[in-house]
Amino acid sequence: MTKTITCINCPLGCAITVTVEDGAVAAVTGQGCKRGAAYAAQELTAPARMVTTTLPAPGGVPALAPVKTASPIPKDQVLACMAALRQLRLTPPLRLGDQVAEFAGVPIVLTRDIGLADQHSGATLRSSGDCCVK
Amino acid sequence: MEYHALIILGGGPAGLAAALAAREAGVEDILILERDRTLGGILNQCIHNGFGLHTFQEELTGPEYAARYARQVLDAGIACQLDTMVLSLSPDRVVTAISPAGLRQMQAGAVVLAMGCRERPRGALNIPGFRPAGIYSAGTAQRLVNLEGKLPGRDVVILGSGDIGLIMARRMTLEGAKVHAVAELLPYSGGLKRNIVQCLEDFGIPLLLSHTVVRIEGRERVTAVVLAQVDDQRRPIPGTEQTYPCDTLLLSCGLIPENELSRGAGVALDAVTGGPVVDQGLETSIPGVFACGNVLHVHDLVDFVSQEAALAGRQAASYLQAPRPAGRTVAVKPGPGVRYVVPQFLDPAAMDGPVTLRFRVAAPARRCAVTLTQGGRTIQRKKRPVVAPGEMESLEISARELQTGDLTVGLEAEA
Amino acid sequence: MIYDAIIIGGGVSGAAAARYLSAYRGNFLLLEREEDLCCGTSKANSAIVHAGFDAKPGSLMARLNVAGAKAMPALSRELDFPYDPIGSLVVCFDTGDLPRLEALKRQGEANGVEGLEILSGEAARAMEPHLSRRCAAALYAPTAGIVCPFGLTYALGENAAQNGVQFSFDTEVTGFSRENGLWRVETTRGAFRTRAVVNAAGVQAAALHNLVSRRPLHITPRKGEYLLLDHTAGTHVRHTIFQLPGPLGKGVLVTPTVHGNLLLGPTAVDVDDPNGVDTTAAGLAEVAEKAALGVEDLPLRQVITAFAGLRAHEDGHEFIIEEAADAPGFFDCAGIESPGLSSAPAIGQLVAAQVSQALNLPENPDFCPTRRAIPDPRKLSFEARQALVARDPAYGRIICRCEEISEGEIREAIRRGARSLDGVKRRTRAGMGRCQGGFCAPRVMELLEQSGIPWQQLTAKAGGTSYLLTGPAKGAD
Repeated sequence: MTKTITCINCPLGCAITVTVEDGAVAAVTGQGCKRGAAYAAQELTAPARMVTTTLPAPGGVPALAPVKTASPIPKDQVLACMAALRQLRLTPPLRLGDQVAEFAGVPIVLTRDIGLADQHSGATLRSSGDCCVK
Repeated sequence: MEYHALIILGGGPAGLAAALAAREAGVEDILILERDRTLGGILNQCIHNGFGLHTFQEELTGPEYAARYARQVLDAGIACQLDTMVLSLSPDRVVTAISPAGLRQMQAGAVVLAMGCRERPRGALNIPGFRPAGIYSAGTAQRLVNLEGKLPGRDVVILGSGDIGLIMARRMTLEGAKVHAVAELLPYSGGLKRNIVQCLEDFGIPLLLSHTVVRIEGRERVTAVVLAQVDDQRRPIPGTEQTYPCDTLLLSCGLIPENELSRGAGVALDAVTGGPVVDQGLETSIPGVFACGNVLHVHDLVDFVSQEAALAGRQAASYLQAPRPAGRTVAVKPGPGVRYVVPQFLDPAAMDGPVTLRFRVAAPARRCAVTLTQGGRTIQRKKRPVVAPGEMESLEISARELQTGDLTVGLEAEA
Repeated sequence: MIYDAIIIGGGVSGAAAARYLSAYRGNFLLLEREEDLCCGTSKANSAIVHAGFDAKPGSLMARLNVAGAKAMPALSRELDFPYDPIGSLVVCFDTGDLPRLEALKRQGEANGVEGLEILSGEAARAMEPHLSRRCAAALYAPTAGIVCPFGLTYALGENAAQNGVQFSFDTEVTGFSRENGLWRVETTRGAFRTRAVVNAAGVQAAALHNLVSRRPLHITPRKGEYLLLDHTAGTHVRHTIFQLPGPLGKGVLVTPTVHGNLLLGPTAVDVDDPNGVDTTAAGLAEVAEKAALGVEDLPLRQVITAFAGLRAHEDGHEFIIEEAADAPGFFDCAGIESPGLSSAPAIGQLVAAQVSQALNLPENPDFCPTRRAIPDPRKLSFEARQALVARDPAYGRIICRCEEISEGEIREAIRRGARSLDGVKRRTRAGMGRCQGGFCAPRVMELLEQSGIPWQQLTAKAGGTSYLLTGPAKGAD
C-alpha cells in the first residue's frame, strides 16, 4: 500500500509518500527531514490523537470541566472516546491532573482545578485589599 | 492615592509571566488587574493541547498552561484583583479601575500593558446581507462550547482558516455538529499545518482556499451561506457561487490588539501591528509603561508570549530601580517581504544582551533568507526553507553588531 | 374590556402617540408585532434631528419637523434620553449651486427654522477641518441635532407605561371589523375592542389602512444602508454634514452619533419587501464613496458594522396624520419617513389631540411627564459613580468592555423589558461596540437566562426564531 501524507512538523508541510508492505514500512520518500520520515511512518501504521473535551461538573466552578486523554489514543477511536465520555458527570471538588475516567486503558485526566461554588465565593487570597482569587 | 510599584493590566499569559519575572527581579509591590473572574485569560477556553512545547518541553492544554503560571503567581503572593476592569490609564500612570468592590484610582510606578486582543467582527469584514442570529466569531463560539457547554449551531461554515477557526472546526465536529467547509480568502492558510491535518483532514472537512462569503441567507437565523472563489485581487469571481445550507457561520478572520487604554494614555501605536511602538526593553513611548503579548502584536504561540512578557516584567523592574533616559537611536524597520518588526527601536547603549526581533513576513515563500541590514551593510543572513505569515519569525541581535542608522529586516530569495 | 384607543406599532411614532395620549384619561393599549419596542424603522435610521428646512413650506411635514425639533431639548430633559444640538451643514460643491443653497435657506425660514446662515467654503472648513476642499459654501443650521433613536423610543414608551398605557408584544394585527360602533381589532393574540385605532405601523401602515378604507394609501419601503464607525472616528466631524442634492442624487450624510460613533449613509432604494433590511455590496460601496465626497480622510478601516433600515415612503411624500375619511375612529399615522424621528414629539401631540378630541377625553390629572433613564455610570462624577457601585455592586462589573456597560445596566434593561440580545443592546449599548458582542454576548445571554428565559429560547433579536444556541454540547446538560 502506498499513501501520501502531509507532514505536520513544520510549515513546509512536505507531501511524504509511504509504502507499507506486510504491515511494515518499506519506503518513505518526499520528506524534508528525519522527523518527517518518523511522523509519516507512524501516521500510516498507527496514527494517534489526543482527545480534549469537557465534562459537566454540576455545582463546580467552573461547572464544565476540561479533560484530556493522558496520552494519544488511536485515531479511529476518537469518536468512540467522545461517545464513551458522553454520559459522564463529575462531582467537584477536583484537582488538575485527577483521573476521572479511562478509555481503552488510557486515563482521562482533568486539565483544570474545579472548586465548589460556595467555597469559591468566599475564597480570598492572602494579598492586599479586596482581592479575591479562586 | 493608593500606590503600587508595578500594576499589570491583564491576568492572561502575558500578565502572569510579566508579574513573575518582575517579582524574580525584586519587585515586591505588584498588582495584577484582571477583568475576568479567573486568571489565565483566553487560555481557559483553549482546552485543546499544543501549548508549552518550548516553555515546558511538554504538550499542555490551555488551562494547564495557564494554571502553571497562575499557581506560581499565587504562590509568590502576588496580588491579583479579578472581576476588575481598567477604565483608563493616564500618561503619568494613574490607573482608574472598577469592580463590584468599587471604583478606585491608583498611582503606578510602572505599568505593564497585557490586555490581549479581540477578534475581527463581521461588520469589519464587509459581508453584506441580513443580520440573522448564528454568526459568531470563532472565539465566541469557543467560549460558548468550552465554558458554557452550549452549541452555537449544528451545521457550520467557517470563514477564515486561522488557528482558532481550525480548532473550532474540530471541536464543533466532536460535539456533534457538521462542519461543511472552511473558506479562506487567501491562497494559503494562516493556520498551523498540524491544525489543518488534525482539525480538518481527520474529519474530512474541506478547506477552500481563495474563497470568501459573498452572501448570508436567513433573516432570523442563518439558513445558508454563499461562498465564491476570488481572483488574485481577492474579488469574488461571478459564476463560482455555491450555496451551503447551514445554521451557523463562524468567523476566524484575524485578531486586533486591544489598545484602547494605551491610546487613551497617549501611547504611540504602530499602524501595522496595531500595538504600541516599543524599544528593546518593550517600553512604549510613555516612560515606565511596557507592553507584551497580544496587546503588543498578535502571537501564534503562547510560549513566545511568556518569553516576551518576562522581558517586559524584568525591564519594568529595572525601570523602577533606575529609570534610564530613552535613547531610541536605531529604528528597526520592515524591509522587502516583511510586514512588521517588534521592537521598532533599539538603544544599543542599553542592550546588555542579545535582543530578539520578532517579525512576520508578508507572504509565504520557500528557499529564502531573512536578512538584517544597516546602512547597506548586511549584519545577518539566515536561511529559511520556508516562511509563512502565520508563523512568527525571529532574529537575535547584539549591541556589538550595531552601528548607526536604521536597521532593516528583510526577506530575500536564496541565491 | 373596551379600550378608548389601541395604538398599532411600537416604533417612535406609536410610542409618542401613546405617551401624549396618556396625558388624557382613558384605557390605552399599544400592540407591537415584535417582542419589544423600536424594532422596525425606528431602530435603523440616521438618528438626526433635522432643523426643518427640507420640507415644502405649508406641508404637515414642515410644520411637525420644526415643532418636533423645537420640542426636543426640553423633552430630552423631561424624559432623560441622549440628544445633542450639534448643528448641521449642507455642503454645496459648486458656486453655481449657490442659488439652490439660498433657496433652501429661504425655504427653512418660511418653515420657521431659526438661525440659518450661509457660510463660505473657508468658514465652513474652519468649523469642520475635514470638510471637502471642494466645498464652495454651506448652509449652517444651528438648531439641528442628533438623538438616540432607541433612547427616544424607550423613553416615550416607558413614560406611557408609567402613565397607564398597556403594551402587548408579539401581537400582530390581522384584521378589523366594526361592532356596535366599536372597532374590533383581530390579532395573533386574540381580538380587542376599542373606540379608536391609531395606525402607526410604519411600512405596514398602508396595508392596515387599506383594510378599512376605500381611499387607499400607498407606501413604498425605501431602503437606506449605513456604515457605523468606531469611537476612534467619532470626532472626525463635529456637525451633521449633508450634501446639497445634486445631479448625483441626494448624497449621503456624515454625522457623529450621541454615543460618539461616526455614521455614514443612507442610500435610497425602493424595495418590494417590507422586511427587506439586508445590506448589499453595492449599497455599502455607494455609502463609502458618496460620504467621501463631502468629508475627507474618512477612516473607513474603523467600520464596525453595517445596517439597513426602511423608510415608509408615502407616494405624496407627506405625513398622513388624520382620521380616515371613510372609517370614523381610525386614525392614520402613516408615511412617517424622514424627518419622522425629528417630528416624533409633534406627531405624538397631534395624534393625541385628534383622538382625545374625537373621543372627548378629559385630561389625566395624574399624568407624570418625567421618566428616568437607566443610569449611565460613565456620565457620573467619580464620587457619584463610586456611590452607585457601593449601592449596587453590579454597576461595578463591566460586561461589555468596548462600550463599558455594567451588569447593573443590563439587569435594569432586562427589568424594563429587554428579552433578547438586541433588546439589551438597544437599551444599554452592550454589544454595540468595536467587537460587536464577541466578548459580551455569552455574558449577556447568561444574564437573560438568569432573568428566567430558558437558554433554548435565547434570541439575538425580536422576531422569535433568531435562536442563539442550538443545543447542549454533547457532554453537557
